[in-house]
Amino acid sequence: MSVIVILILASLSLALAFLAGFIWAVRSGQYEDTFTPSLRVLADEEGQRKELDRSSLKDQPP
Amino acid sequence: MSTDRPAPSSAKPPDPAGAGIETFKYDNHVVRAFAIATAIWGLAGTAVGLLIAGQLFWPQLNLDTPFTTFGRIRPLHTNAVIFAFVGNGMFCGIYYSVQRLLKTRMFSDALSWLNFWGWQAIIVSAVITLPLGLTSSKEYAELEWPIDIAIAVVWVAFTVNLLGTILRRREKHMYVAIWFYIATAVTVAMLHIINSLEIPAGLFKSYSVYAGVQDALVQWWYGHNAVAFFLTTPYLGLMYYFLPKAANRPIFSYRLSIIHFWGLIFIYIWAGPHHLLYTALPDWAQSLGMVFSVMLIAPSWGGMLNGLLTLRGAWDKVRQEPMLKFMVVAVTAYGMATLEGPTLAVKSVNALSHYTDWTIAHVHTGALGWNGFLTFSLLYFLFPRLYNTKLWSAKLANYHFWIGLLGMMFYVVPMYTSGITAGLMWRQFTKDGFLQYPNFLETTIRLVPMYELRAIGGSLYFIGLVLMLVNLYKTAKAGRFIGDQEAQAPALNPAASRESVKLGHRWLEGVPVTFTVLATVAVVVGGLIELVPMFLIKENVPTIAGVKPYTALEVLGRDIYIREGCVGCHSQMIRPFRSETERYGEYSKAGEFVYDHPFLWGSKRTGPDLHRIGGKYPDAWHYNHLENPRSTSPQSIMPNYLWLLSQTLDATVIGDRMRALRKVGVPYADADIRNAQKSIQGQSKQVVANLATGAITNAPADREIVALIAYLQRLGTDIKTAPAPDTAPSNAGAAHTRQAKMKPPRSNPNGVVQQSPGLARRQPWVIARQCPSTPTGLRPGGRKTSRLRSLLATTPLGLIALHRRYPGLSLRSNPGLRYTTALRLKPRTIYVHDHLA
Repeated sequence: MSVIVILILASLSLALAFLAGFIWAVRSGQYEDTFTPSLRVLADEEGQRKELDRSSLKDQPP
Repeated sequence: MSTDRPAPSSAKPPDPAGAGIETFKYDNHVVRAFAIATAIWGLAGTAVGLLIAGQLFWPQLNLDTPFTTFGRIRPLHTNAVIFAFVGNGMFCGIYYSVQRLLKTRMFSDALSWLNFWGWQAIIVSAVITLPLGLTSSKEYAELEWPIDIAIAVVWVAFTVNLLGTILRRREKHMYVAIWFYIATAVTVAMLHIINSLEIPAGLFKSYSVYAGVQDALVQWWYGHNAVAFFLTTPYLGLMYYFLPKAANRPIFSYRLSIIHFWGLIFIYIWAGPHHLLYTALPDWAQSLGMVFSVMLIAPSWGGMLNGLLTLRGAWDKVRQEPMLKFMVVAVTAYGMATLEGPTLAVKSVNALSHYTDWTIAHVHTGALGWNGFLTFSLLYFLFPRLYNTKLWSAKLANYHFWIGLLGMMFYVVPMYTSGITAGLMWRQFTKDGFLQYPNFLETTIRLVPMYELRAIGGSLYFIGLVLMLVNLYKTAKAGRFIGDQEAQAPALNPAASRESVKLGHRWLEGVPVTFTVLATVAVVVGGLIELVPMFLIKENVPTIAGVKPYTALEVLGRDIYIREGCVGCHSQMIRPFRSETERYGEYSKAGEFVYDHPFLWGSKRTGPDLHRIGGKYPDAWHYNHLENPRSTSPQSIMPNYLWLLSQTLDATVIGDRMRALRKVGVPYADADIRNAQKSIQGQSKQVVANLATGAITNAPADREIVALIAYLQRLGTDIKTAPAPDTAPSNAGAAHTRQAKMKPPRSNPNGVVQQSPGLARRQPWVIARQCPSTPTGLRPGGRKTSRLRSLLATTPLGLIALHRRYPGLSLRSNPGLRYTTALRLKPRTIYVHDHLA
């Protein structure tokens, strides 16, 4: 069953890499604002697609 | 959170002081290419699925050609749906959303197109090789080694393209979807490489470097995480991008989505062992897999609720927008599948559900509901935008939705019924303690109506897909394609660019996460290449003395077994339950698989388990059964394997194959390889002679069926052989003597199965006297030795211990009572019988 060691090591190093990613994300302020990113997504092609967005926006309260 | 959020337009990013607004173009060409590929492969994948669904109740649909037979076509269906349909859908959505989320064009157009054409080439090669029987037999990793290398190359191109785009982004914050995409790219690369380590034995033939239980563990670590990181994480990223876009409202809780991502990432990868419950995997690993699987409910349901709650107060929109309908069902199916998955990972549930159609129902909730409907939603969203027009017909899309949903229900509900029916029938005992359905075929026939209903469901789903294709085509015709869509955004870090910082240093500091990930992948791959051979070859020292490598003919027979995809319907792993040991014989032990490169445990029993098939039927029975299964087993749904009777066995490859097997640790001596041809001829002659006793006199010795029969008769017999004291490890000779020893029980005229002398020596009190022709009613008169009585007369625990040690042993005293109760009541009237057949 020694292959389990390899799998655990691989999984663990992956998890550690993501942990590093998580720490980086927190330290670099990625998660300081946990609200506006969700709004920005909606605005990302506002300029180009205005005429289309209107149709899907028509029942949206202003 | 309040519902009256500011309108999206007010949420524009603040314009950094002095930043120049940059103009750039989104690449829609590659998005469109992936979108078209998604639609076409979706149609192809479901069409093949429909074909194999039909084959399961109407075996004539196998068309009696090797290329259209279930065993070879099933992997084509799974690969087409997972890698062609969902894979292209994933790339399509990622290429569209990444550019817009990061406010930049993809890092490299060349890499984008390498990704696209490379991926299509891989799919086409799968379409060619799988029907030809070129397969490694490992589920969802069937493609042979040259294609495996191509997959790795294309995947790296995708990963570099993705990470490069992230580095060049104009948006400081990485939206949660981006994180899901990173996890997909990095993890799939690692999984694919580790699981595909194999030694080539020809251009399209290879052997896994892992054997038996190790191979199984690696495969299901891969298999589970392929579901996690290929079918789930990228689609979650797409959900977090496209659901808010479609509803035109922000995600319910962005904070929850961040927790969803990190929770999932840290838990998912440990849950793989739940595919191997009650197998030879160490118990602690099974429990670990089970616990992590149950834990997964939390992040998964957090994500599902996050998606659904986004639509709170906007359900009127769902009524009008077909793409939101698809999205809602997709997210609900995600929730269902991620609740069901952990349920199935609980050992006691798994004992019932494993090997049955319950698993099929589970994966199709995910594939048809989650991946399928989300992909449809995505395509309905993208086509009008790519072509700058409106969807041709919302009504038709609504029809697609309802027909697809109905199809899904007609698929999933019969499969649940079928799965639970089969699971219960397999374990049902009569009052007297015998299997109520000792003939496996009875349980198969009972499921046929469910298979028919399932095909109806599949057809409906397929019709829905056709409607979608029409709709998308008309939409594309009506609009004008915008290939390079102009966009503007402020540069990300204008201050830094003015500074004279060394480029390389800044790169390293700016992207520690990318750097760490890449470094880790490099370390893992490098480490593996060094570690794997060292670990594994040592491990393959047999721990059961009777277990020997396959003979040359059996190796070729096993390769035919792999080629024909027998593993798709037949498991080779008897779990330690009384219902299984009664039906199939002694439960499977890890030590029996040390020479199995790759392992062939299977994951589904459409037909019975074959691990103890060796010696159970005469050679002639196998010959007739493979030629026409219905001649020996009326109403069987197994395909005919006519070509095995006519095709000549290619014995010239045996040298390469044995050498490759030796490289992965099978102890073939030089002499074994040198004498392989002679050994093949000798054993073939033996099989032909056996066939002649069964009234098959015209069978030539050089046909493929001879090799397959030799392999089947070998299966699971090694532990029945007496561990001959200190025999030389010359396997070819040993196998011949073993064959000779096996002959008497097979040719026994009245069907009474006798015990091999070796086993009788080790278990003097167990004498086989169960006659297969009278399966009901215990035949009394079992010899009770004083040793057995003393064991039994102690405590119920003693009996349980005895049963654990000899699971083939079946003890009954009083009909209808459990052992323990029976023992407590009447310890003296226990009879012993044993099935070793």
